[in-house]
Amino acid sequence: MKTKGNTYMNPYLAGFLLGLVLLASFYLTGRGLGASGAVKSVVVSSVATVAEGHAMSSPFYSKYLEGDQKPMKAWLVLEVFGVLIGGFISGAVSGRLNFKLEKSPKITNKKRIMMALIGGALFGFGSQLGRGCTSGAALTGMAVMSLAGYVTMMAIFGTAFALAYFFRKNWI
Amino acid sequence: MGPIVPLFEIPEELNLLIAFLIGLGFGFTLEQAGFSSSRKLAGMFYGYDITVLKVFFTAAITGMLGLLFLNYFGLIDMSLVYLNEYYMTSAIIGGIIMGAGFIIGGFCPGTSVCAAAIGKIDAMYFIGGGLVGIFLFGETYTWWEKLYNANYLGMVKLSDSIGVSDGILALIVIVAAVMMFWIGEMAEKKFKREDISNEI
Repeated sequence: MKTKGNTYMNPYLAGFLLGLVLLASFYLTGRGLGASGAVKSVVVSSVATVAEGHAMSSPFYSKYLEGDQKPMKAWLVLEVFGVLIGGFISGAVSGRLNFKLEKSPKITNKKRIMMALIGGALFGFGSQLGRGCTSGAALTGMAVMSLAGYVTMMAIFGTAFALAYFFRKNWI
Repeated sequence: MGPIVPLFEIPEELNLLIAFLIGLGFGFTLEQAGFSSSRKLAGMFYGYDITVLKVFFTAAITGMLGLLFLNYFGLIDMSLVYLNEYYMTSAIIGGIIMGAGFIIGGFCPGTSVCAAAIGKIDAMYFIGGGLVGIFLFGETYTWWEKLYNANYLGMVKLSDSIGVSDGILALIVIVAAVMMFWIGEMAEKKFKREDISNEI
């Protein structure tokens, strides 16, 4: 390798392939891709294990603990397990497997970790309120031409652009 | 005729294998595109790397056109394809909170899993934060329940709400995407940061 930095796939080709994966999901299952739903399943199952009574009496958790919800939960968890393995295989074939905390040199590791935790918490919270994340609500929603998909996409990207100036030190 | 799983009696094990294989393709393409790097993802919002825009819109358009053609040739029953329900208030507020999470944390849930898979430590903390955020929502659900269910407008399609056919909407989205790609590629030259691009 002469050039520095990683070599990634052409973004338009990667987008096309991702679109084919999305299309395969629609054709096979009638639903698109998802990510936050699997994280929610982990939370709901954990709460139900630790405090079953609390989970069953909560209007939020109990929705996902009823009998007919179980197959969907397992499906999403298996899908995200696939994302983990697929990402790992891609990293392995492209020589990108190593432990790294990625951040701007202008901030400390501690600050990056704090920001990752806060950002993750906001994203997790928002994905529940917004009924899906960038995958399930925005990308999938846009492919089926749903108004919800376009609105969620614009709210996510619009807010990130609007706030970019205030968080520039974290990245550039 | 699709979609296969809702139309035919598919054994549960096969359905779960399909889930795993779709996830495998999803994770592989995300990582190949560079979505395993938070600084590459964040580049979208500072103009030095607009990979997010290119991949995201190309994927959405590919999926959208694929569905249009499958439907046109009678290969898929669109009434069995899930159409996202539109709760206006929560879609907007949820999206705003997610956007803040994106610029602060540098990932979204899918990309964080794919980045953690190749060893990105920031992504592992992001996932931890995500679990906490969902737990907090679950614990405080009754506070937001009214907001969560406010302004329900049903399973609305963008094409219907602006009064054009699906084909015309697809054309509009494609033209808009090509224009954004063009502007974005100019931005990549203008806001070029070789120091960052060499690192990510």
